[in-house]
Amino acid sequence: MNATANGHSDHRPSGWRRWLTTTNHKDIGTLYLWFSFVMFMLGGIMALLIRAELFQPGLQFLEPERFNQIVTLHGLIMVFGAIMPAFVGFANWMIPLQIGASDMAFGRLNNWSFWLLIPASLLLITSLFVPGGAAGVGWTLYPPLSVQMGIGMDLTIFAVHILGISSILGSINIITTVLNLRAPGMTMMKIPMFTWTWLITAFLVIAVMPVFAGAVTMILTDRHFGTSFFSAAGGGDPILYQHVFWFFGHPEVYIVILPGFGIISQVVPAFSRKPLFGYTSMVYATGSIAILGFFVWGHHMFTSGMPVTAQLFYMYATMLIAVPTGVKVFNWIATMWRGQLTFETPMLFALGFIFLFVMGGFSGLVLAMTAVDVQMHSTYYVVAHFHYTMVAGALFSAFAAVYFWLPKWTGHMYDEKLAKLHFWLTMIFFNVTFFVQHFLGLAGMPRRIPDYALQFADFNMISSIGAFGLGLSQLLFLYIVIVCIKGGAPAAAKPWDGAEGLEWEVPSPAPHHTWEVQPVVK
Amino acid sequence: MTNRESYYYVPSPSYWPLIGALALLLLASGAVLWINAYTLGPALVAAGFAVLIFMLAGWFRVVIKESEGGLYNKRVDSSFRWAMSWFIFSEVMFFAAFFGALFYARVFSVPDLASVDSQLLWPNFSAIWPNAGPGYKGNFSAMAAMGIPAINTLLLLSSGATLTWAHWGLLQNKRSQLILGLILTIGLGLIFISLQAHEYSHAYAEMNLKLTTGIYGTTFYMLTGFHGLHVTIGVTMLSVILLRVLRGHFKPDHHFAFEAVAWYWHFVDVVWLLLFIVVYWI
Amino acid sequence: MSKQAQPIVVPRLATLWALTLLSTAAEAAYEVNFQQPATLVAQEVYDLHLWMMAICAIIFCLVFGVMTYSLIKHRRASGGAAARFHENTRVEMLWTAIPVVILIGMAWPVTKTLLVIRDSSNADITIKVTGYQWKWGYDYLKGEGEGIRFMSVLATPQDQIDGKAPKGEHYLLEVDRPLVVPVNKKIRILTTSNDVIHSWYVPALAVQQDAVTGFIRDTWFRAEREGVFRGQCSQLCGKGHGYMPIVVEVVSAEKYAAWIAKQQQEMVAGAEDKDKVWQLAELMQRGEAVYGKNCSACHQPTGKGIPPAFPALDGSKVATGPKAAHIATVLNGRPGTAMQAFAAQLSDTDIAAVITYERNAWSNKTGDVLQPAEIKAVRR
Ligand code: HEA
Ligand code: HEA
Ligand code: HEC
Ligand code: CUA
Ligand SMILES: [Cu+2]
Repeated sequence: MNATANGHSDHRPSGWRRWLTTTNHKDIGTLYLWFSFVMFMLGGIMALLIRAELFQPGLQFLEPERFNQIVTLHGLIMVFGAIMPAFVGFANWMIPLQIGASDMAFGRLNNWSFWLLIPASLLLITSLFVPGGAAGVGWTLYPPLSVQMGIGMDLTIFAVHILGISSILGSINIITTVLNLRAPGMTMMKIPMFTWTWLITAFLVIAVMPVFAGAVTMILTDRHFGTSFFSAAGGGDPILYQHVFWFFGHPEVYIVILPGFGIISQVVPAFSRKPLFGYTSMVYATGSIAILGFFVWGHHMFTSGMPVTAQLFYMYATMLIAVPTGVKVFNWIATMWRGQLTFETPMLFALGFIFLFVMGGFSGLVLAMTAVDVQMHSTYYVVAHFHYTMVAGALFSAFAAVYFWLPKWTGHMYDEKLAKLHFWLTMIFFNVTFFVQHFLGLAGMPRRIPDYALQFADFNMISSIGAFGLGLSQLLFLYIVIVCIKGGAPAAAKPWDGAEGLEWEVPSPAPHHTWEVQPVVK
Repeated sequence: MTNRESYYYVPSPSYWPLIGALALLLLASGAVLWINAYTLGPALVAAGFAVLIFMLAGWFRVVIKESEGGLYNKRVDSSFRWAMSWFIFSEVMFFAAFFGALFYARVFSVPDLASVDSQLLWPNFSAIWPNAGPGYKGNFSAMAAMGIPAINTLLLLSSGATLTWAHWGLLQNKRSQLILGLILTIGLGLIFISLQAHEYSHAYAEMNLKLTTGIYGTTFYMLTGFHGLHVTIGVTMLSVILLRVLRGHFKPDHHFAFEAVAWYWHFVDVVWLLLFIVVYWI
Repeated sequence: MSKQAQPIVVPRLATLWALTLLSTAAEAAYEVNFQQPATLVAQEVYDLHLWMMAICAIIFCLVFGVMTYSLIKHRRASGGAAARFHENTRVEMLWTAIPVVILIGMAWPVTKTLLVIRDSSNADITIKVTGYQWKWGYDYLKGEGEGIRFMSVLATPQDQIDGKAPKGEHYLLEVDRPLVVPVNKKIRILTTSNDVIHSWYVPALAVQQDAVTGFIRDTWFRAEREGVFRGQCSQLCGKGHGYMPIVVEVVSAEKYAAWIAKQQQEMVAGAEDKDKVWQLAELMQRGEAVYGKNCSACHQPTGKGIPPAFPALDGSKVATGPKAAHIATVLNGRPGTAMQAFAAQLSDTDIAAVITYERNAWSNKTGDVLQPAEIKAVRR
């Protein structure tokens, strides 16, 4: 046994072995973050393929079936490969630091959660190269189309199973860590907002990932074993899938945004030099969003033909979510109010987040109105809506987090000038890419089409140009991060004078083991 | 470190997770090839299972060694408790998806297929449960609640009791009660599985009730099948616990592995009760 | 129908203002709103959207007005120490309660419109719309025109799609046979699908209804003006999803009656040739046309297919082997694959023609000639 008295291993393999076998939350966090960035590039390149094909009307680069496959993989990879692992990476790195724990509750399990991502992503990516290609069904995997697909669909199904196992295990680990490993005195109503939002997110993951696994299992048996879940002739119903999927799918979008809310709730007070306004109501608002999120899934199915009473129920429930989300937005603004604001890059991304996420929230609200959604469902308006929430929301918050905590991770300051440039380029190109998509949707351009009528040409061209700008700007991000890892001005333990919390009490870079003796919080 | 309260065991680096990931890669890709009739499939699945079992055995051996070596204190113990509870919650949600499918079929899709408008597509279809859908041409009989299912209910309920009895034995350090209770529980579980297997073959051979028998067959076999799979896993885990007991593991105040398996068993029990009511009975 | 389709000025101004504020491309030449409504419901939805946008724009300006003020006033460079307050129950209650009120105000009109949208009773004409991969089938079930049925397929030539020919005005939004309906009549649309889920979406009519395999769903519209309204399938339905447009021609009552008469004449003409004995050349000609419309999307004009998803027919065992298997494949399809049953879609003559074509085109030189009677004999 290599364990020292406090249970930590001092022996650690060096070189690549360290990364394969590690049980250390910081190492695993780093693995998650790099994995997520690789997936982000992959998903991004797919997005660029989509935008290249849509640059002009007519078919140029992709066969229609290839186009569908790329769209599907773009969605799946961005959501499950880029955003979720990025947030798990932050959670791994920061939650033990924030609550004064020596590590995550289960080190080996933690490592497994990460390594499961590799087979899952391999299966997804291989599916592009098998006979018949990947599943060209959209990330929602609706049957009967998904029952029709070839072997690529089976690969996707098993990839989803493995992703599910990974994120469930990861979430169990996070919940256990937060509930059980807090330092003495770190009561639940003292834990930092990022940890709080992750606790709630982890609950969502455990509640809905198994349902998604069940849904794809039903597709699998319908495909290969003659069951009739989704076949009317056998008494089943394709719409059943949509219910099961969106029971998972809507909470999933909050899984994608809640940790982001947490990050923003840490960054805004730090650069306002003022405590977070309304901590308690933030906690309750997050909880309400999560709970309400279980009752609104039908808003993705307004045109599938549900009874009008159901439509009304889902509409009202969906609109209600604006209330707790509004509370969060107002709290952030009240935090800034009469603070002492500075605008380093994390803060810029946080402000960009608030600004654009609210726009995404408003377009969501418009979509929630059933009568209006009947005109907008499955158009680019929806695409615009969810990129405002997921790119300007989740992705921007991830950028904010990276810049905020990079000094803690690497011990160096990043290049502030370049980082600000990265922010502005991202901000501008993001809007060029996605703002115009609202107009496309209003005018009636359906999503998931490889080719379009002539009246949509201008905005598509603008959007494609924006997308390439947005993509190229991310090379700058990669450069900034690598330079920061390699060197740069040394960072103090607390590089941001307004920041508060235990994570800033350990040195920068954070040593391999921290809080071996738990701090006592007063 | 003298401060016992802030002590928390962190395991040393381990290859087991990596091996576990490999196992799932083999299993998944093998399964994909298999169901698409590639000859390589079954071999890969077999290899995957082999690696998985190797991984589970190896990983749990380390865990058991650490546990018996006294490395897990109260705090680690309560971590395990949280983790197991949330794991069971995730299983509950998995079953919820399939119960939901059954509910949906009975309350929405089948009646919908018999609605006035649907007569356009499926003339003369009437919505009675059990139902295999408007496209189903044959004849099948539904599974009755009384008979094997009722016996199975009794079996599982009593297995819950014997397991609790075994737990009392463990708490009071009565080893023979503990061992006997475990053996009884495992036995009851095995009988349950064999009866279920018998029920399936009877359904296939004589009742023309198959997995392909429309939505009734689908929900019947998928729900009871996944449940049966969980009983099998439960029996396997109980057997491991029995082996450990025979080796002298577990103390009255330190036996979380036992309790975890017991929780799991009770969960499987409750799922059966629900199944018995909604699949067989009403 | 006294209600006037009249623009609402306030929200439109507010939206315009918001757009100029937010957008880099708010030029008059671009279409930045819903298509021009053609039904009262569409008009209501149009106005609703504007109202909602206006409310959102106002909240947006208030919220970010405050934020911007704070960003400027409370930045460190402007001096001043940070306050320490972090709670204020009264304010927090207020900004929870006010949104609730606003939301109720928003939900109310939407509910009213929705109830109208979902009331499909008392229709003048009922049409069943069936989605196929990748075309629409129309079936006039009730009302004037009862009994008419036809398929509606994309009419844009492949050359335009491939960029080998200049794109026409209605590129991708044109079909061989549009759906024709009379103006000012309530048209009830029943949607269903033959294979996967499609969605019948015509923006100007504010109609979007999924066509779900094996189920019937309904929606309705009453066009207020004559014209041609174009839409597209809006549920991903496979590789041809971008290529199954919908064209609705709204015509006057007289034109509609004339159209019906013409359709009925053609149907009678079609019935006559049932007993005719066909020659190979005739069948090949007709078969090629049928093939082009119904089969070439998957099996390709060259007959080479896109293996493995869509098998080649050129040299296929089925297309060169016994006739019975070939006929069965086309009539009944292959359940669980994209190969659909054509029994209900094509007439005996068309099926005989297309099978004859497939058995003699490309390198398939079987010399077989099928007669419609042979198809009729095996139809179930
Ligand atoms: C991070 C992800 C994320 C988030 C946070 C949201 C948030 C919301 N979403 Fe979105 N959504 C998606 C991701 C997300 N969504 C995705 C991926 C899809 C498409 C999936 C697919 O089909 O592929 C989708 C689709 C989608 C639809 C279906 C559209 C369709 O297909 O027809 C709807 C409809 O109701 C909807 C609504 C909403 C609403 C009401 C919110 C709310 O939570 C927003 C609440 C926020 C605000 C309202 C702004 C802040 C509030 C204030 C400032 C207070 C004051 C405001 C008022 C009083 C109005 N979303
Ligand atoms: C969090 C999730 C996420 C993220 C971050 C993104 C990011 C982007 N998305 Fe995506 N998107 C989805 C989730 C996401 N998307 C989902 C769920 C769907 C629905 C799928 C479906 O319908 O099933 C979708 C669908 C979707 C569509 C609609 C496709 C269709 O319906 O036909 C489009 C079209 O424009 C699009 C574009 C983009 C673009 C341009 C980006 C950009 O932000 C990407 C920018 C990033 C990069 C480009 C990569 C980084 C940089 C490099 C690798 C350097 C190299 C670059 C160059 C050489 C230029 N996305
Ligand atoms: C939506 C796609 C699609 C369309 C349209 C389509 N087919 Fe097919 N077809 C398929 C698929 C997929 C198969 C393979 C089915 C299988 O795997 O058994 C197939 C198989 C066949 C076969 C058997 C080929 C073989 O070698 O097994 C014939 C013959 C055939 N189609 C004829 C037709 C005719 C005639 C038409 C038009 C009237 C048509 N198909 C339209 C998808 C299509
Ligand atoms: Cu039919 Cu898309
Ligand atoms: Cu949603």
